[in-house]
Amino acid sequence: MSKKNQAPVDVAPPYQAVARHGVSPKPSHDEAARFDFLANFNKVLSGTLGPGNKLAYDKRVLPTFKKEHGREPKDRFEIRHAMNKDPFHQIWSASKRNSMEMRQQNGRAMVLRQLDELDAKARALNESVPDTLELNPDVQVPRYQAAVDIHCMPGSYHGEERPGDVSAGANYDCGIFATTAGGLGALSDGGGAALADWIRKERPGWTPRRILDIGCTIGHNIVPVALAFPETEIIAIDTAAPSLRYGHARAQSLGAKNIKFIQMNAEDLSRYEYGHFDWVQTTMFLHETSGKALPRIIEEGYRVLAEGGLMLHLEQPQYSDEMPLYEQFIRDWDAFNNNEPFWSAMHALDLKGIMQKSGFAKEELFVTGVRAVVDRSIFPEAPTGEAEDHGRAAVWNAYGAWKGGKPA
Amino acid sequence: MSDSPLDWMALANKKAKGKRPEFFDEPEDDRIYSILIALVGEVSVLRTRLDTVERLLDEKGTISRDDIENFAPNREAGFERGALIREYILRVMRGPIQAMESLQEQEPPIEDVSRELKEI
Repeated sequence: MSKKNQAPVDVAPPYQAVARHGVSPKPSHDEAARFDFLANFNKVLSGTLGPGNKLAYDKRVLPTFKKEHGREPKDRFEIRHAMNKDPFHQIWSASKRNSMEMRQQNGRAMVLRQLDELDAKARALNESVPDTLELNPDVQVPRYQAAVDIHCMPGSYHGEERPGDVSAGANYDCGIFATTAGGLGALSDGGGAALADWIRKERPGWTPRRILDIGCTIGHNIVPVALAFPETEIIAIDTAAPSLRYGHARAQSLGAKNIKFIQMNAEDLSRYEYGHFDWVQTTMFLHETSGKALPRIIEEGYRVLAEGGLMLHLEQPQYSDEMPLYEQFIRDWDAFNNNEPFWSAMHALDLKGIMQKSGFAKEELFVTGVRAVVDRSIFPEAPTGEAEDHGRAAVWNAYGAWKGGKPA
Repeated sequence: MSDSPLDWMALANKKAKGKRPEFFDEPEDDRIYSILIALVGEVSVLRTRLDTVERLLDEKGTISRDDIENFAPNREAGFERGALIREYILRVMRGPIQAMESLQEQEPPIEDVSRELKEI
């Protein structure tokens, strides 16, 4: 609807435009309308009101801080403490937190209302191909996944409302639309689609023999890769059984038959020999681990990676001395307000250093930008810069390395 | 596995593990604001439902509950409904938006302007 003399209006696509797969919860009219509200509310919070935080900082918070301390803030934490007292930032943060909580409430209401059907559908799909789903009740949920419910998702990735259910996976899946305002596309898989796209350009003609996806949750980022490489054997691991149950059923219904979902902790990949995989990756996962687990996962990943193989980690950009402190502060919002307790520390890590310590040579490392690949005729281009929704932007940095150098 | 019946309405409200930050100076304000924003969302849902009813009536002259539940907007209608929601959100978020605008320019209190006008 672009009428003459009207500025283009940035709205989220309707939730009804989201693609359905074999275990998608079916929204009632009002459930879809709730997500439509949240998607557009998030757009206004990031696009329209987001820049107000910087204004409040420049005009009010920073001058007061300098007056009180006689110096500039020395880190993002000082900025956060000062900003938390600012009335504009208070109402913005409260709005955003409520939007996150409502997304969970709305998603859970939709999923739990129809859990009998969803569980039955998942069970039928999972039992039809039992070989590609391997659950292991001995796998413990690590402290870094259990300390709090990540992104305010009650029960996190591993919670169950009744034994053997898929509620956690289904709720996670359906609400990604609302928090990203449709920025990840019809199947919320724009990140995975971007990976498939990127590798085809980066190394045309390559077919990896085996891929390991670590921290796969419901598999939305590995399915597009599996579909792009149907001959490749893919192992997708996670510690959360309810997400794996849902993810396996989802992958099956989308025709990705070459992924084996295994309940496993990536800190110990001893089941696989040196050089077993041609590609080892995580997508938006490292920030949900911990200070000691992260290097262990990278080390194990390096060990099981073949010579000439690719390691790739998709994350929001790391903080650096070049990144202004205010930007570090606003990128940190989820850490303290949306239950991402390792987010802040992880983004300040020297990821390249950790990868080198695991065995890569400095010249084998690279960083590249990756943008979500989605159907732009329905789904909007994700805003960048000041209007982007930090923490949920559909653009990432890929921290990668070719073991022993990229093959010619 | 037993598919025991769930009180899904109550379970949907479960709190996420992890202490909730307080955003306002008074904790009661956080509680009231949560109710307010939830209500803002529900008014939007009602308005969207009304839009569905209007569109179905325009198209068919008569509707059933099933028509409403199964309504999926086409691309143009989807955009129009998104714009309707955006307009609504901008209207109810007027306060914070204007607070943001007022940050861009230091304005004197009206009392000062009043004193000034008396003298000119």
